[in-house]
Amino acid sequence: MLGVITGFVDELRASGVPVSMVEAIDAMRAVETIDIGQRVALRETLRATLVKNLRHERAFDTAFDVYFSTVPFPSDPDDRFESPSGGDPGESSGTQAGGGDGERDQQAIFDALLAALAGMDGEALRRSVREAVDRLAGMEPGRPVGGTYYLYRTLRRLDMARLEAELLEALAGDEELTELENRLLREEVQALIEQLRQEIQDEIRRRLVADRGREAVAKTLRRPLIEDIDLMHATTNDLADMEAAIGPLTRKLAARLARRRKRRAGRLDFRRTVRKSLATGGVPADPQFRHPRPHRPEVWLLCDISGSMATFSRFTLQFTHAMATHFSKLRSFAFVDTIDEVTDFFGPGIDFGSAVSRITTEAEVVWLDGHSDYGNSLETFYARYGSQLTPRTTVIITGDARNNYRPARDSVLGDVAKASRALVWLNPEPMAYWDTGDSAMSSYGRHCTSVHEVRTLRQLEDFVETLTLPVGRLPQKA
Amino acid sequence: MDFNGPNDVVAALRSADYLADERIGQVVFLANRLDKPVLVEGPAGVGKTELAKAMAAVTGRALIRLQCYEGLDEAKALYEWNYKKQLLRIQADVDHDWDSISHDIFSEEFLLTRPLLEAIRSTEPVVLLIDEVDRVEVETEALLLEILSDFQVSIPELGTMTANTQPLVFLTSNNTRELSEALKRRCLFLHIDYPDAAREQEILNARVPGLSEHLAAQVAKVARSIRSLDLKKAPSISETIDWARTLIALSVEEVDEAVLGDTLHVLLKYQADIEKAAKELTSSPRV
Repeated sequence: MLGVITGFVDELRASGVPVSMVEAIDAMRAVETIDIGQRVALRETLRATLVKNLRHERAFDTAFDVYFSTVPFPSDPDDRFESPSGGDPGESSGTQAGGGDGERDQQAIFDALLAALAGMDGEALRRSVREAVDRLAGMEPGRPVGGTYYLYRTLRRLDMARLEAELLEALAGDEELTELENRLLREEVQALIEQLRQEIQDEIRRRLVADRGREAVAKTLRRPLIEDIDLMHATTNDLADMEAAIGPLTRKLAARLARRRKRRAGRLDFRRTVRKSLATGGVPADPQFRHPRPHRPEVWLLCDISGSMATFSRFTLQFTHAMATHFSKLRSFAFVDTIDEVTDFFGPGIDFGSAVSRITTEAEVVWLDGHSDYGNSLETFYARYGSQLTPRTTVIITGDARNNYRPARDSVLGDVAKASRALVWLNPEPMAYWDTGDSAMSSYGRHCTSVHEVRTLRQLEDFVETLTLPVGRLPQKA
Repeated sequence: MDFNGPNDVVAALRSADYLADERIGQVVFLANRLDKPVLVEGPAGVGKTELAKAMAAVTGRALIRLQCYEGLDEAKALYEWNYKKQLLRIQADVDHDWDSISHDIFSEEFLLTRPLLEAIRSTEPVVLLIDEVDRVEVETEALLLEILSDFQVSIPELGTMTANTQPLVFLTSNNTRELSEALKRRCLFLHIDYPDAAREQEILNARVPGLSEHLAAQVAKVARSIRSLDLKKAPSISETIDWARTLIALSVEEVDEAVLGDTLHVLLKYQADIEKAAKELTSSPRV
């Protein structure tokens, strides 16, 4: 057991979950106190001691499945590891004949699954799933695949759409359903189908591990953690997961931006100093100062929402949306080849989906042809809003600086930088690609206070973590 | 009180009307065995604080609660010197020399214990609940580290105070910010999510007297359906309980669209959410 757990910890680390030495030792100690005959007990024990972040649970679940799926537990049903003998004796005698019975065989599995799902009988479901995988997945030993292929193959041959429809029918009964009941029932069915999918996936994984060994399977299944996924190529699911992580991050950014170097205090408070001096016989020994006014950061966000940036801009808009709840003085702008203010689309209480659809339909961000034109966007920006920039404004631009070989017209960015407290550029492209092709990153970059590569959530985190803004630009007379 | 296994914990919690799932049972059992604090995380209103209260009730221990907030400091969380009393002491006896007085006024008599120290000094074992720990600043978190790993508090004037009895410690977090690694490392991690429909139905049955099985099932399913929407604030367990109570008060036997439309405001607290849910659940179904 000890060996398996160290291997498991290694696998967690390899997939990016930070497991410290102390935590690994804790896990060992914890495992000693529990009844390791219980699969669930072991899983939850390891989870509680090794994974301290919700975002890492998916990686944990995958690794646990791989590492412990072939370890027999006394708590498991007895026949878990037996190869199914081929259904009912009566049936199997028929299937021996071959060819033509494949149809009928499939139908039998289908019926068994349907009955198990409708009756919510976990035991029967597992049995049927084993049989389904056995007959339908067509698994070939030794093939270095992750199991997704087998999963889809099984699902396709099972005809999930029909299964869903028949399940719906079976559960609905004869009564006429209202729309609400209908909806609830559909969700019930979807939950069951999802459970079935999960069971099939587990079963396939188990067989893969038995065939190829833990390390090999774990390696094919390893997926980047949510904070390491490239924002340019994130899937919709990934983005949804990221959304949860963005909230805490924007809060931190808000705190960072609000922080300014601790100055002693504000201006001398003459009245209180004199009052205090009475205690020392009129000698102003203890000068009193006004409290410095709390710093209210003003943030302006400029997002490139052109086609090439589709995924990233969805992310930045999410980020903007989350920021809007923390900064009362957040103004956001979207641009493609011209710029428009979109602040009002992100008011409190407006959900993200409708904000995005309003931006794409109502904001005037396209001027000529709908290809990025940073030069024109920035010039329009400065002409229209530049006069409202103050030395308290932090301007954040997100974009790849790919200008479609149009004139960069970067001098205007210098004006923006001069008029604001800080100008930060976040670029979702790898640094090695900057200034290649039509990217004008360095011409823009030289006007910025800082330029950051933000390809992943982790890099965004780092950016927020290390963000220090110049304090010298606070209001002062020249 | 010692538990023999996670099932023991679940059964005990059930007697306090707290329906725990396997995961909760296992982690609480471990916490009890290993004497480690538990960091409970999850959306608002899934019963994180309730878990600590239920554990206190089950084990018959006193519950000491430290509510965290921005600006919480040592004086509010750990201990403070009762300086008024110290002043009185100094004035009361002017004859004594300074040495003996200064020795005297930094003794336990002049110490005001705050929740954390109280939990340490208690002679009876207690349940210590550090609520919404994500609300304190990162710097303040460090205050907790010593107590979480060694169950002790160091007071410069007095030395180190070690726990008389092993407290059972729960920290809760709504995950509004990332907690520091140091804190997480010292805790067992427990994420509580919204329960599935079956468990929520059980919870409703346990918590709402007079609720019919059928209605409980419907309430649980509707709650699950609403949570699947993309909302600003999904309904918590306490809100579904409130909703079930409302339905009973209105003597509703069957949840239909009209009832749902009229009582949605019990489940959802934002106008935009209510409108969205009403649109999704009560108009023509999506196909």
